[in-house]
Amino acid sequence: MADPIGPQAGEIDHSRRRLLTAATVAGGAVGVAFAAVPFIASWEPSARAKALGAPVTVDASKLEEGQMLKVSYRGQPVFIVRRSKAVVAQLGAHNDLLADPGSQDSTQPLYIKDAGPARARNPEYWVGYAVCTHLGCSPLGAFQPDDAYQLSGINLGNNWPGGFYCPCHGSKYDISGRVFKSMPAPKNLAVPSYTFTGEAHIVIGEDENPKSG
Amino acid sequence: MAAAPESTEGTQGFLGWIDRRFPLSALWKSQVAEYYAPKNFNFWYYFGSLALLVLVNQLITGIWLTMNYKPSSAEAFSSVEYIMRDVDWGWLIRYMHSTGASAFFIVVYLHMFRALLYGSHRKPRELLWIFGCLIFLALMAEAFMGYVLPWGNMSYWGAQVITSLFGSLPIIGGSLLEWIRGDYVIADATLNRFFALHVAALPLALIMLIVVHLMALHEVGSNNPDGIEIHDHEDAEGHPLDGIPFHPYYTVKDLVGVMGFLIIFFGIIFFAPSFGGLFLESANFEPANPLQTPPHIAPVWYFTPFYAMLRAVPSFAGTQVWGVLVMGASIVVLFFVPWLDRSPVKSIRYRGPIYKFMLAMFVASFVILGLCGLKPPAGIYPLLSKICTILYFAFFLLMPWYTRIDRVKPVPERVTGI
Repeated sequence: MADPIGPQAGEIDHSRRRLLTAATVAGGAVGVAFAAVPFIASWEPSARAKALGAPVTVDASKLEEGQMLKVSYRGQPVFIVRRSKAVVAQLGAHNDLLADPGSQDSTQPLYIKDAGPARARNPEYWVGYAVCTHLGCSPLGAFQPDDAYQLSGINLGNNWPGGFYCPCHGSKYDISGRVFKSMPAPKNLAVPSYTFTGEAHIVIGEDENPKSG
Repeated sequence: MAAAPESTEGTQGFLGWIDRRFPLSALWKSQVAEYYAPKNFNFWYYFGSLALLVLVNQLITGIWLTMNYKPSSAEAFSSVEYIMRDVDWGWLIRYMHSTGASAFFIVVYLHMFRALLYGSHRKPRELLWIFGCLIFLALMAEAFMGYVLPWGNMSYWGAQVITSLFGSLPIIGGSLLEWIRGDYVIADATLNRFFALHVAALPLALIMLIVVHLMALHEVGSNNPDGIEIHDHEDAEGHPLDGIPFHPYYTVKDLVGVMGFLIIFFGIIFFAPSFGGLFLESANFEPANPLQTPPHIAPVWYFTPFYAMLRAVPSFAGTQVWGVLVMGASIVVLFFVPWLDRSPVKSIRYRGPIYKFMLAMFVASFVILGLCGLKPPAGIYPLLSKICTILYFAFFLLMPWYTRIDRVKPVPERVTGI
């Protein structure tokens, strides 16, 4: 009689089976992990979406004092506000009401952080993302200082120094995009890198010194 | 005579032919005709079958909507207008779908409230409850992505706010956000993938979760308003003395619920499909505009309680992740209810005054949070949201203590008052 194929009863090597099973499962898991990479990576912004993030040139020369322009950069709204000298002069006056008056914890290029309360390369023009740092709504301009300003039923008060108001969750920013204390928003409005080419031509997304801080 | 012994169920003819190849009669008997449910089900037990009805409504109307909807940022808004104006009966199919979304949440909230009333999450139904919580999560994701598809301005900004929640996570937030959106902002890529998830991935997940929810239910048997086990008292054949077959008794009862539901459902569809801005928000009748946030953002009513909790928490230590964590915790805490509840009884009928008070307070705080979430964050609403957020969590987190010290009444052996 021929020997039966395989181990005899009682001769099964269980530790060998466990090792083989574990090795197979581990090998399979690595395979699944590698197979998952293309599916996960395909959710990243596509080459086309990346290419569309090119710099934008804006002609702000037609802005009057107290007027605002909203442009789109990388699909995100960017404010350009022209401020009068009087408004710029009193920017430091309400520092104690702000959460981060020196913009230490906020996102901006280094030269904006170093620019003090004006947060601008040219204090006359403030450039910044119109994207609330809370949950990404677009704040509204509310520029009249010392004036009760009615906005979506909100009274900003008689001492309102002028700035931005986010209608979603009520965050308030001053006219340099600096957030007030105890607001849902944690940080000042972010500022993109930008540069001036001429009197009031602003190139957003490009500067000679691309370091951020 | 030779063929007869093959048929174990004794079925003949075509049905017998099937039964010898697929357990059709056996399944029908075990899951429907001889699935014994407690005989004392009341009004609150309508909402499980109604949830199934609404699911079928959403699946059918959803499939029909995809036949004319275009999931691209250039065409989505106008394709929905096209469905509403030019497609024969398109308005009815879309209103059935949009009203169905709100109906789904009404029915599911009442279904979950029933579990809290009668202790339907308690041992041995913990897994049944957890599958239910997962269904609720999948439903929220499904509803959110569905809301983005019409690409109105509220769709756009709602998507902006909700995806930003992930961006608030430390370290990985920024890249996670880009990964979810597929662009630097909410864009065509985002809409397109939300469409894929809304019409394929999430409905599949929902259906599978509902199957395991029902399998778990039929394994442990239904709870009832007395919160006692009917299988403790069985007749000679092993059927519970206080149980009746699901079919025909509860199929007929549920049909009455279906009729009542459909009258209200179609009343809303025909006479108030936007339901005063609660079911369809007026800001969403404008196309998406990435440069202009609507003056007042509020999610659809079924998310507002959670949204109010998100807004109630101020930013702290330079990040606003806390509000997101609180909102997440408000859902996660649901999963633990079977173990937080330490009462010796299940049903509200035999619980003491503390649980009754806490449950009433919980419902009130949930409703008030819902109202606060609809209002702009000004005046009394932020304070009210903060108070109700605390009360919402108090109901769950204090549960191990107050359910233990609560005075309970003796529980009957057999089910009572039908």
